[in-house]
Amino acid sequence: MEHSKLAEEFTQNEERTHWHDAALWFVREKRDRLAKGVVEWERLRELASQIKTHTMANLDSYLTKFETNAKRRGIQVHWAKNADEHNRIVLQILNLHRAKKVVKSKSMLTEECGLNPFLEESGIEVVDTDLGERIVQFRKEPPSHIVLPAIHLKKEDVGKTFEKFLNTEEGNSDPTYLTKAARAHLREKFLGADAGITGVNFGICETGGVVVCTNEGNADLGATLPKLHIASMGIEKLIPRVKDLAVFTRLLARSATGQPITSYTSFYQGARDGCELHVVIVDNGRSAMLGSNEFHNALNCIRCGACMNTCPVFRRSGGFSYGATIPGPIGSTLEPFKDLKKHSSLPYACTLCASCSNICPIKINLHEQLYLHRQNVVKAGLMDKKKERALNFAGWIFKHPKIFDLMGKSTRKIMPLLPRKILYSKTNLWGKYKEMPQIPKNSFKELYIKRQKGKK
Amino acid sequence: MKVGLFIPCYMNELYPKASMATLELLEKQGLSVEYPLLQTCCGQPLSNSGCTKDMEVLAKKFVSLFKEYDYVVAPSGSCVGTVKFQYEQFLKDDKDYASLKNKIYEVCEFLHDIIKPDSFNSSFPYKVGLHNSCHAHRELGLGSPSERNIPYFNKIETLLKKVNGIELVSLTREDECCGFGGTFTINESAISAFMGKDRIKDHLNAGAEIITGADLSCLMHLDGLIRREGKPLRVMHVVEILNGENPHGTL
Repeated sequence: MEHSKLAEEFTQNEERTHWHDAALWFVREKRDRLAKGVVEWERLRELASQIKTHTMANLDSYLTKFETNAKRRGIQVHWAKNADEHNRIVLQILNLHRAKKVVKSKSMLTEECGLNPFLEESGIEVVDTDLGERIVQFRKEPPSHIVLPAIHLKKEDVGKTFEKFLNTEEGNSDPTYLTKAARAHLREKFLGADAGITGVNFGICETGGVVVCTNEGNADLGATLPKLHIASMGIEKLIPRVKDLAVFTRLLARSATGQPITSYTSFYQGARDGCELHVVIVDNGRSAMLGSNEFHNALNCIRCGACMNTCPVFRRSGGFSYGATIPGPIGSTLEPFKDLKKHSSLPYACTLCASCSNICPIKINLHEQLYLHRQNVVKAGLMDKKKERALNFAGWIFKHPKIFDLMGKSTRKIMPLLPRKILYSKTNLWGKYKEMPQIPKNSFKELYIKRQKGKK
Repeated sequence: MKVGLFIPCYMNELYPKASMATLELLEKQGLSVEYPLLQTCCGQPLSNSGCTKDMEVLAKKFVSLFKEYDYVVAPSGSCVGTVKFQYEQFLKDDKDYASLKNKIYEVCEFLHDIIKPDSFNSSFPYKVGLHNSCHAHRELGLGSPSERNIPYFNKIETLLKKVNGIELVSLTREDECCGFGGTFTINESAISAFMGKDRIKDHLNAGAEIITGADLSCLMHLDGLIRREGKPLRVMHVVEILNGENPHGTL
């Protein structure tokens, strides 16, 4: 469904929309305080952009380097062309270990690949262990934000969900109480798990290790309690050196949640004795994006979610209004690149305010990409025909100054004569929420010509 | 110094007073200003919608109309932004455009950077909220975007402070988008209105009597919401304030 329809539905509950906006703005302000505490912030952004751009430009050799070094450390490396291959590889590894119970920490890639339903079909239990992810998993909802997956829910909603699934006290929505209940529930899952699946924040080419950043320590428990750890990584997660990580860890948590650093920054540098570590490297459309002059920058994204927190549209329309795995400004450029037809409304879910491009720690030109996607929507014939005809008609008028003046003059004459009922009919989308502009008697051009004549 | 006056199409039709104020304000600086009569629209609504088949023709027409001037000045951040940045893709290797894009200015930017007047001999004894429109603020760089860690500056604010008696109020969100966004206000009318109402509330809470800014398109959107909801606020283009005009009902 179109973003505008879902967004309009979201705004019907005004109080909740205000609450959602305020919750995310709170995170944005926290981010501002932390980012502005780092004197070299803008230099860090530039460095991060250069490192990522360099890595992506030489990705073929960096991927090979990563694989070689990972294997040297006893990490088993797998390559997946698409979501389906990724899911099959993961299932195969799990089956080899007769793993039936899996704990998973936050990974937008496995979300993108639809790993959970795929594994569940094969009789494998997958438990998302990030608190927010567990909440939405209970509710059979996708995450509504890539860093704050349950940001669309209030503590009362969580209380009700836990009443149903964790037998918590009726009506108790105290966050500490609810967190303790989730913790007890998740500890059991961790202890009983046969395998742990994590995402990857950074794959380091010179060491062949992977880095996972979390706040709850759930990735660490999932990766170290069971004997099998599978890490799913998109090809774009690579950085060349360990020292490059110093740039990214300083940017990531500050941009994401306004923390100096995530509570846990864990390095997985190889399998422990008697255990296995597998890294599944996934393309799933990324290499096509890498080949695009206009859009390859979007692959530099480190998934901090800052663009969502700052986006004035996202804050008031909610993550689900995007109908995509990754919502918000970065989703609105990644998703249409993959499936323009399905996501043709997303580039337009944006006022081109450019707040996203200015907040992005990797300086991705997000709003410019959304602008360019619109041209592709039109070229592919996916713009609403009525809208396209109206715009083309406007273009024709703009090319003819005399007709333009005539149209302006007649509109200024006719509009004030129209009864309100007709002027504000259902087709007038401007008039749905606001008054039409007040109509002056003369155009500036008419007054200017009169003024010039008076001067002579 | 010969200045070509570029008046956005909707301002020509709907806001003749603010357009005239721009002309007068520039003339008061001792400039010779001309308004080329064959101008229509820069094409921004088409360009921002991705409907670009007429853009090359419009861009060429614009360049041929304005190339002879030393400066081209317009009372709109977003229209100047369209010419300065978006025309590039439609006019590759056009020498006239290469020169034009460096001499086109939003009017406040022009006054601040080029003319640098000490005062405007105008007074405006009202509480004013400045709406930093996104294209003027972030695209043209008239102020420091709140997202960035760079020293604070705001060219429009600097100009307004030269007006006697004016009181600029502090907003909680200094540069949040009003939700106009061109065709966005039609395509996404619900979110557009929601965003606009939130801006209006911020200005009202700050005690503003007038909302001003460099883009009347944003102000036109806010004005429509203000009048629908009967809020005690007026909108005025910043040039009207600099030119010493009083708040008025119609623009």
